[in-house]
Amino acid sequence: MTKIGLEIHCQLTNLESKLFCSCKANYREFEPNVNICPICMGLPGSLPRLNQKAVEKATMIAMALNCSTPEKIMFFRKNYFYPDLPKNFQITQLNIYGDTSVGGRGTLMVGDKEIRITRIQLEEDPGRLIYEGSSEKNQITLVDYNRAGTPLVEIVTEPDFENPKEVREFLNILSDLLENLGVSDPSLEGAMRADANVSIEGGNKVEIKNIGSFHDLEKAVHFEITRQQSLHSRDIPIIQETRHWDDKRKITISSRSKEEDLDYRYFLEGDIPSIRIADNIKEKLKSEMPESISSKKQRYVSKYNIPPQVADVLSSDKFYSDLFEDAHTVENAKEVANIITTDLMGLVDTREKRESSKLKSSHLKDIANSIQSGKIARNSAKNALYEIIKTGKSLSSVISEMDLGNVSDESELSKIIESVISEENQAVEQAKSNPQTINYLVGKVMQRTKGKADPKLTLDLLKKKIP
Amino acid sequence: MNLKISALEFTRQVKSGNLSAEDFIAKTMERIQNIDGNLHAFLSLNDKAVDQARDIDKKIKSGEKVGECFGMPISIKDNICIKDTKTTCASKMLENFIAPYDATVITKLKQQDAIFVGKVNLDEFAMGLSTEFSAYGPSKNPWNTDYVPGGSSGGSAVSVSAFECVTSLGSDTGGSVRNPASFCSTVGYKPTYGLISRYGLISYANSIEQIGPLTRTVEDAAFMLNLITGLDPNDNTTVNNRDEDYLKDINSGIEGKKIGIIKEMIGEGIDPSVLSATKNAISKLEGLGATCEEISLDMVKYSVAAYYTITATEAGSNLARYDNLRYGYDFSVEGFEFNSYIKKARKKLGPEVTRRMILGGFVPSAGHAGKYFLKALKVKNKLTREINDVFKKFDLLISPTVPVLPFKIGEKINDPVALFLIDINTVTANLTGKPAISIPYAISNGLPIGIQLIANSMDDKLLLQAAYALEKTVVLPEVPI
Ligand SMILES: [Zn+2]
Repeated sequence: MTKIGLEIHCQLTNLESKLFCSCKANYREFEPNVNICPICMGLPGSLPRLNQKAVEKATMIAMALNCSTPEKIMFFRKNYFYPDLPKNFQITQLNIYGDTSVGGRGTLMVGDKEIRITRIQLEEDPGRLIYEGSSEKNQITLVDYNRAGTPLVEIVTEPDFENPKEVREFLNILSDLLENLGVSDPSLEGAMRADANVSIEGGNKVEIKNIGSFHDLEKAVHFEITRQQSLHSRDIPIIQETRHWDDKRKITISSRSKEEDLDYRYFLEGDIPSIRIADNIKEKLKSEMPESISSKKQRYVSKYNIPPQVADVLSSDKFYSDLFEDAHTVENAKEVANIITTDLMGLVDTREKRESSKLKSSHLKDIANSIQSGKIARNSAKNALYEIIKTGKSLSSVISEMDLGNVSDESELSKIIESVISEENQAVEQAKSNPQTINYLVGKVMQRTKGKADPKLTLDLLKKKIP
Repeated sequence: MNLKISALEFTRQVKSGNLSAEDFIAKTMERIQNIDGNLHAFLSLNDKAVDQARDIDKKIKSGEKVGECFGMPISIKDNICIKDTKTTCASKMLENFIAPYDATVITKLKQQDAIFVGKVNLDEFAMGLSTEFSAYGPSKNPWNTDYVPGGSSGGSAVSVSAFECVTSLGSDTGGSVRNPASFCSTVGYKPTYGLISRYGLISYANSIEQIGPLTRTVEDAAFMLNLITGLDPNDNTTVNNRDEDYLKDINSGIEGKKIGIIKEMIGEGIDPSVLSATKNAISKLEGLGATCEEISLDMVKYSVAAYYTITATEAGSNLARYDNLRYGYDFSVEGFEFNSYIKKARKKLGPEVTRRMILGGFVPSAGHAGKYFLKALKVKNKLTREINDVFKKFDLLISPTVPVLPFKIGEKINDPVALFLIDINTVTANLTGKPAISIPYAISNGLPIGIQLIANSMDDKLLLQAAYALEKTVVLPEVPI
């Protein structure tokens, strides 16, 4: 049986500052080596100053993944030399001297399957190495410490996955969960990284490191299973090793350095005293946690009668569910959900489009209410939505500027209907004998009004005029 | 001008207008110029010291508010960062390291108008107890310049005892404040772990070390503690002492106090003159109304081994950043693979640091940790339990600070094991986090002997009161320099 386990690194991108200093956690906007200070550069004499908010957010993740949360958490030093590591040790957590990382054993459901979480730990991200140069021979390695010290949560799973599809489903659910918690923006480059370990029946465990995105993770796992199976089928032994993911060639390569031989000489980080997380603090954190995706979905279905598939899509994406939460009332909920899932999702389908969108939840509320009151047709609503995303103007001004308002004035509509009746003799006669065919005439009226006629009023008037 | 006055006397005189800070600093700098070529306490001097003193005199004259130090000359061990000042740790590795920030203790002393006359010598990265491991040469004991001043804060002790400054800040990882204080006949005080911020102190063994003052009197030590103690957001290990005034009631006496004499610290290998000074101190304390009784701390016999194992492990990690990528710059990185580059770069570190780094790579490593590092932690925990039990019945503990007299420069440098054993009486306070103080007590054959008192955690006030009481019973000859 194929066994796959994951180690997922998730940056707490929504925090203001780094894990041990006041430099920005959002290092992405800076020139290299600017977002640094004596602490995150490990200058002689500097000491780590623990960011309590990071501990709280990491604990929230642990609770959301049903992990046990210890009463006391501690930090350890992982000692190794690497140019991206200013102190030549990383401050991280460890459970070999008792469970002291932010989260112990937990679970996450993927469909009907339960994936076991081994532990969750809080640690500092190293700096970034940037490779430049045309060939391997004249390669230059540049170091950017802007990222050094960014709060990172490592989520380790048991080897409970059997195929890449399960891995992908898990990662989708996990990244929705992290985004919904408000702790991280998984779409940011480098915010989510992963290592995987893969073994097939009769083979040794192989670790794959350096996988920069969830998309590549699935590919890497797939490649590795195929590689191992082909070795196995030719009776070549699968050795226990660490392999690196080459994201240009999309293959795994055996690591030249023997990382499994490294001795990290873990010991307690004396500069950070153990932190007590009392039950009342855990309760407080729990109360501050946003509603879970599954509970949202259930609420949408049971309270607003939104179809389960729509509720599923809506609840799992924080961007859309936040809009929904702000825009909806008990009366318009279904309409708001409908606008989001049928129109909006197609219009803002990329990160860039979402970020540049000027749409506010109040716009959505106005649109839904206007559809319900017959002020605007669904068709026109989509055009209005498109315009609002671009300009951020109010619905009323978009309606008047683009002439999108429904023709709901009875006398005006009557004139149009009369002229249609006079031109469509045959259809009128048909409608008299077969009421079903009246829809043809409704369509004609719509055509004449460019879809702006209030459909209900049109039908009522037609019925009145064709006895 | 009398450069021999205490810190409190200095501040009283300058405050009252009887003494000019500028004159005092100028005379101090002059004395340093005259005698430090011989003593080698200082690694670098503050060439703006006199100007800074002049500004303070002006402030006093114009009635402006002046900090409690009133321009007092202080020397700073060269492992404590002063902004825009070289901080070398007496190592070639940090030969050109200019600290871009102030240690918290420096910030606090600047606010109190202290003047830092210079940075003083130490064993490289504070690893040693004689200053012989300074990359810039040893300091000499003012009582007899053929002898070591103790260490690692040797420069601090020399500068105070030779009147090159009024007080000094050192750091104490296993006795590094108390040992040179004892060897040079000054007061040396290591507070409870967490009482003074370590932010800006370049780490050697961060879980047990503390900054501590070296002073002429116990009162001065209490005065210094008042100025530099307190919770510090930049050091998560600092503890809240709720604005305790350590000077107030320092003369409360020790009547009725129970003092334990640590049996293991007056046993085998102790110099007879040190033993008799200790016995004398005990009888003095009894004369002041304390009751003294011998006690045993069984784990003391393993304490030095545990101390070296733990400090080597932490040093191996704390000093790992000196990989020559950011400090050193001796040679070009071209053509080196990263690990071999580090290996070569590490040659900049001196023999004692190298020895401890190698040890620090070994004792916590997989396959050896159980035999060494984890066992050392067990000793530390057991020793802490033992001493806590003793403090249930006793208020204070007493021992000689160092079991032997100062030794000659070069006498023990090739015998690291003999050097290690000199730490036997001082490391317990570090391993257990307890406050301890060394008081100048006697002179034997022209060489100083110090007595150590240890108190329970956060009982620093009691410790200083007892030290003050004992100090008042002692009259010592003046340093012959
Ligand atoms: Zn920083």
